[in-house]
Amino acid sequence: MTVNGNIVALEIEPHRTLLEVLRNDLGLAGVREGCSTGDCGACTVLVNGKPLVSCLVLAPDAEGASITTIEGLAKNGKLDPMQEAFIAKGAIQCGFCTPGMILAAKTEDVPEGNLCRCTGYKKIQEAIREERRTTRPQA
Amino acid sequence: MKSVGQRVPKLDAADKATGKSRYVQDLRLAGMLEAKILRSKVPHGRIVSIDVTEAWKVPGVRAILTAKDIPAKVWGYSKDQVALKGDRVRRIGDELAAVAATDIEAAIEACERIKVLIEPLPAVYEMEAALEPGAPVLHEARGSNLVQTHHYEHGKIEEAFSNAAKIVEGTFILPAQQHGCLGPAGAIAEWDANGRLTLHDPTQIPFLVQRDLAEALDISPADIRLVQPCIGGAFGARLDLYPHEAIVALLAKKTGTPVRIVFSRDEDFQTDPVRPRTVVRLRTAAAADGTLLGRDADILVDCGAYVSWGAMTPVVMVNTFGNFYQCPAARYKARTVCTNTQPTGAFRGFGNPELLFAMESQMDELAKALHIDPIDFRLKNANRSEETTPAGGRITSCGFKEVLEAVRTRLKRPAASALPHLRRGIGIAAVFHVGGGARIYRSDGCGATVKVDDFGKVVVIVGATDIGQGMETAMAQIAADEIGVPVSMVRVATQADTDIRLWDVGVHASRTTFIAGNAVRLAAKEAKKQIEDARAALKLPADASIDKVVRAEHFRQKGRLIVASVFYDPPTTMVDKANHGNVSAAYTWGCHGVEVEVDTETGQVVVKRIVAAHDIGKAINPMHAEGQVEGGVIQGLGYALFEECVLKDGKMQNGFFLDYRMPGLRDIPEIETVLVETNDPEGPFGAKGIGEAPIVPIGPAIANAIADATGVRMREFPMTPERVWRALRGNR
Repeated sequence: MTVNGNIVALEIEPHRTLLEVLRNDLGLAGVREGCSTGDCGACTVLVNGKPLVSCLVLAPDAEGASITTIEGLAKNGKLDPMQEAFIAKGAIQCGFCTPGMILAAKTEDVPEGNLCRCTGYKKIQEAIREERRTTRPQA
Repeated sequence: MKSVGQRVPKLDAADKATGKSRYVQDLRLAGMLEAKILRSKVPHGRIVSIDVTEAWKVPGVRAILTAKDIPAKVWGYSKDQVALKGDRVRRIGDELAAVAATDIEAAIEACERIKVLIEPLPAVYEMEAALEPGAPVLHEARGSNLVQTHHYEHGKIEEAFSNAAKIVEGTFILPAQQHGCLGPAGAIAEWDANGRLTLHDPTQIPFLVQRDLAEALDISPADIRLVQPCIGGAFGARLDLYPHEAIVALLAKKTGTPVRIVFSRDEDFQTDPVRPRTVVRLRTAAAADGTLLGRDADILVDCGAYVSWGAMTPVVMVNTFGNFYQCPAARYKARTVCTNTQPTGAFRGFGNPELLFAMESQMDELAKALHIDPIDFRLKNANRSEETTPAGGRITSCGFKEVLEAVRTRLKRPAASALPHLRRGIGIAAVFHVGGGARIYRSDGCGATVKVDDFGKVVVIVGATDIGQGMETAMAQIAADEIGVPVSMVRVATQADTDIRLWDVGVHASRTTFIAGNAVRLAAKEAKKQIEDARAALKLPADASIDKVVRAEHFRQKGRLIVASVFYDPPTTMVDKANHGNVSAAYTWGCHGVEVEVDTETGQVVVKRIVAAHDIGKAINPMHAEGQVEGGVIQGLGYALFEECVLKDGKMQNGFFLDYRMPGLRDIPEIETVLVETNDPEGPFGAKGIGEAPIVPIGPAIANAIADATGVRMREFPMTPERVWRALRGNR
């Protein structure tokens, strides 16, 4: 599979989740483990551009896929506009949900599968609106 | 440019937005083992035997501990806790044995192979039943399940009620609430060859853990060093020492190598020091002109199986009970009780959401009965600045009138729905809370050091803890303005350990901006003075930059460091035995107004709009102050409408995010936040604490709005569709 633009070849046991492989084998700690039951969204990654909770994806099923984690979102040393908006709008408190929330918000206007316990979501909504405004002015 | 008052982004936001921040789940030490705790499945029973023979056969197992392998030390808030239980279990989830292994799968398998024989004892889960004569007693040393009774009284209570034009009374029932931190609990322990322990622990009380853990481990507190990784939410959940912290230290000692424990989500639900189940029986009396005459409360608070900070909530409730509103007579009794359930702890608001659900509901009932506008009724009885309350509270800055008026002008009655089963209404509720620390320990102090290096960088070393609220950024803003540098030139050494950081009693009671802020401000002021003294002594020009001044000191014999350390402890007292005293150097008020729509066919309550006005003294960082308000409001909305630990025979039935319903993005109404600045005379730059107050009034405001919409008074949280539907039908 391709992870954050790098080709990765791994031999993995069939029962292991994509979350475990990204976190433990590839050291991508920004993929947060909040529940392992698909309910909190903290481990959201982009699989072929689509946000999925990596704790519910068996790693072998990601064979050949292109995966983006929070570590791969910034391009050429420049933060993604969604990252910029979350920082500027105060949408981050403890930060545990933040990587998953940012990745989900890339494609979802209302990432309702992602829980946040700190912010009350208001500033997350503002950040998403800000990103849409700056990146898709006419959309 | 001044940075206090600016919307400066959090200093750690970029790390958090890029996944670079490191929580306890992310740390790896060389040789580190993983730990798992075997927990009781029996709610109450006598431990007959624990056989670990088979567990040792699992490859990778390095240590197995049971009660007989650890110091026989009793510790905790009320000295009734042990790390591993040897003779008795008192709740489902009690710690029986612990395994350290080379990987978590091996540790789990070993736990599964431990054979435990427990002889069940009768258990008790409800507070009233636990107080009955003949109820099973959890801790024989106390004689009964009653932990403590708290009393408070001022004025002539019987007279107040006999003179009243209107008396309202009711019983209000509040559930256990889970903190729901997105980052599960955990800790990593390592011992050096000199027998000194380093604990990597996302605790809220690093300096108190040193002391408490030393007691549990039977070692000197001087041999413990605490390092806090990034903390994935806390809200009060990390305010005590818990068994897992002692267990991981004992496993690391036994194996001689670092050991980590990280809770799974279901384990986090099962061990979370939940907000206590609370029953508030309250009567409130008023005269015909709307003057409050008296209030009388009888309260039960559930400690669960072991006493932790849940037992302290009556002390916070009584502070509100005795101080809030000008009320000439008040009588208060609260009892804390042990049951065979999850131990309860501190949770944002700390008793105030529980008490004010009752008090603010009855303020509305009285206003309605006396045909007075609910805001006018509150204004008539409002606290005022320069007032000393009967409880001994000294009111300095007071924005109560301003927050009430802010809600009045912004909350409009909606048009009626065209659909007859949808009823719309509005409601308000107010809050009184500490805003200048809270002297619940003999110390309410915090130390700070500010140093300036020869690159002109200002480093702040402070005892305070960041749990996401933005402590680091607020301290940087305060130091930046005192010294006269941009925030980008300030670093706060949050990663430093307890060897380096300075005493602080912890992050709780909305105290950090006020207490730590004052310590940092005073230290920065002193550092600035040192710079100016050096500039004068060395005859440097007035426009010589700070780094030049510092270098001039560093590059001469008999030079001086630019470094200042200050201890700040606010001018307050602990309460006396009768619960009188001025525990906080400043108090804060807030008011929430809400608009709701109630579906009378389904019982569904939808909150359409919230106005949240808070007296913050001065917003050091308005963006993060709003974040505290919005976060508190929505956590309180969850408490009022959705969240509840459902127990069956002592076992939590909904210990996953799927069925423990926390608010999500779809539940968020329009929220308008109003920050009222009253410039507190003692607060740093006039600031007061804002961490907790916003979680408090939202629930009673929703209940009052439901009453406005339907005429039905809800007295139990959460106000689920089923409860509302039944209440609408006369509770059938």
